[in-house]
Amino acid sequence: MDQLFVNLKHSILIFAGNFLPEWAVILISILISVTAIAVFGPVTMMYLTLLERKFVGRIQNRFGPNRVGKWGLLQPLADGVKMLTKEDIVPKGADHFAHFLAPVAIVIPALLVFAVVPFGRNMVAVDLSIGILFFLALSSTTTIWIFVAAWASRNKFSLLGGLRSVAQMVSYEIPMVLSVVPVLMVVGSFSTVAIVEAQSGWNWFVLTPWGLIGFVLFFLTGVAEVNRTPFDLPEGESEIVAGFHTEYSGMKFALFYMAEFMNSFTISAIVSTVYLGGWQGPWLPGWLWLLIKSYALILVMMWFRGTLPRFRVDQLMGFAWKFLLPLALLNIFAAGVWLAFARPVNYLLSAIIVALALFILYFANRPDMPKKRVYRYAVE
Amino acid sequence: MNSFAPLVSVVQYVLMFIVLGAAIVTVSIGNLFRAAIFLAFTLLGVAGLYFFLHADFIAAMQILIYVGAIMTLVIFAVMLTGKMQDPLVAQSNRQKIPAFIILCGVSAFLIPTILKAPWRTLATPHATTAANLGRALMGEFVFPFEIVSLVLLVALIGAIATARSDE
Repeated sequence: MDQLFVNLKHSILIFAGNFLPEWAVILISILISVTAIAVFGPVTMMYLTLLERKFVGRIQNRFGPNRVGKWGLLQPLADGVKMLTKEDIVPKGADHFAHFLAPVAIVIPALLVFAVVPFGRNMVAVDLSIGILFFLALSSTTTIWIFVAAWASRNKFSLLGGLRSVAQMVSYEIPMVLSVVPVLMVVGSFSTVAIVEAQSGWNWFVLTPWGLIGFVLFFLTGVAEVNRTPFDLPEGESEIVAGFHTEYSGMKFALFYMAEFMNSFTISAIVSTVYLGGWQGPWLPGWLWLLIKSYALILVMMWFRGTLPRFRVDQLMGFAWKFLLPLALLNIFAAGVWLAFARPVNYLLSAIIVALALFILYFANRPDMPKKRVYRYAVE
Repeated sequence: MNSFAPLVSVVQYVLMFIVLGAAIVTVSIGNLFRAAIFLAFTLLGVAGLYFFLHADFIAAMQILIYVGAIMTLVIFAVMLTGKMQDPLVAQSNRQKIPAFIILCGVSAFLIPTILKAPWRTLATPHATTAANLGRALMGEFVFPFEIVSLVLLVALIGAIATARSDE
């Protein structure tokens, strides 16, 4: 079962090899991986929308979509038809070229990062030597397209959303990159496959003191990078209509939505890969383990959405710069100490460092209460 | 992999054309904001070229730093230029002719030099891994590396000092 999809691809290639030249077989091999990703990404997105609506519905004590198909299972298809047939409106003052380009271009990095997610043993589209870096680099390009969309719409709400998005993404990218550094130090490779293999036999990085902090940091910054609640200020509907996609309708809007949901999936998959042991796990096949872990993280994201209110802008920036960034730096130090010492001592030492760091940062970040006002000419 | 060599070089040429085309559009297009978008494409194309030249790490860094960070800053700067808020305002190219003359002068020097230079080529391209780069930076080139870090630190402190409000 573990190698089900790998064997499937292998047997297709052997079958094709019977009557096709070598280069065609290689081409087919590439095409199979590409097609698998190009189908898996959008289908995941479609059903994530349904899952989100159902899950948030349960949190809010209602049913969620339940009219189209059994349990609303055909709802994503109905939504797709609706999106495709909806009128595509471009504002008169908009920059038409950029308005068209942004939603198209934003999907490309979202799809490309699937290439380095190791879905199971031997189940990665390309084992790049820079896998994690490839993911971080491509997900950072999303900012530009959000910004282009905001600018091209020629709408004040869009522009405000775009500005918020850039400020947020630039800030959260730094702790995000730094939160992966401990793992790179321990594994000594950027390759996602090597990172998973280094965690075999319950040596999941989340089970170490620095790994626990790194996992929380990476996950939180990841949630911030994909603009989900409580970090969804760029599209805060109570303040700026819909932020950067205010002026988008129909399929263009759906493409933004698609990019966002595919990014939520890949960030969950990458967090599971880096800190939760990826496809490693007992009994079940590897690809199922990765999906279980990713969906668990996605459900946590939806749980956030159902329970947490949105940040205020200054809280958002303060959280990134005053709390996450120093914690990520101290966490690298903790991981270095963990590497330098022998087995029982290193856990203790790095746990002490991490605990101290959390303690100090918590007290340094306490909101300062205004002093009790003393009235000189009045009675209290 | 040998059966792929022609395909790879075709892809490389396509990438080079994309880079050159996007660069030409960047400098010739009337609208500053669109020029910035095409600059992003140029930088992405260069990252692709690095990738095909087996410099994966540099390619990722090119995307992370140039496309992810610097392009964002460029677009930010474009937005802060007041006149550009109207997408129909043309970028001013008043000094087209002097620029062209200087360009001709520079290329009259550069192109013969590039053609004459004895480029060292390797029969088999060997990959520049992040590990090798790290060793080189921490060993052979540790002094320039530290200088650059110092310069960046000074720039950071300077930026904070400039941006700080005077209480």
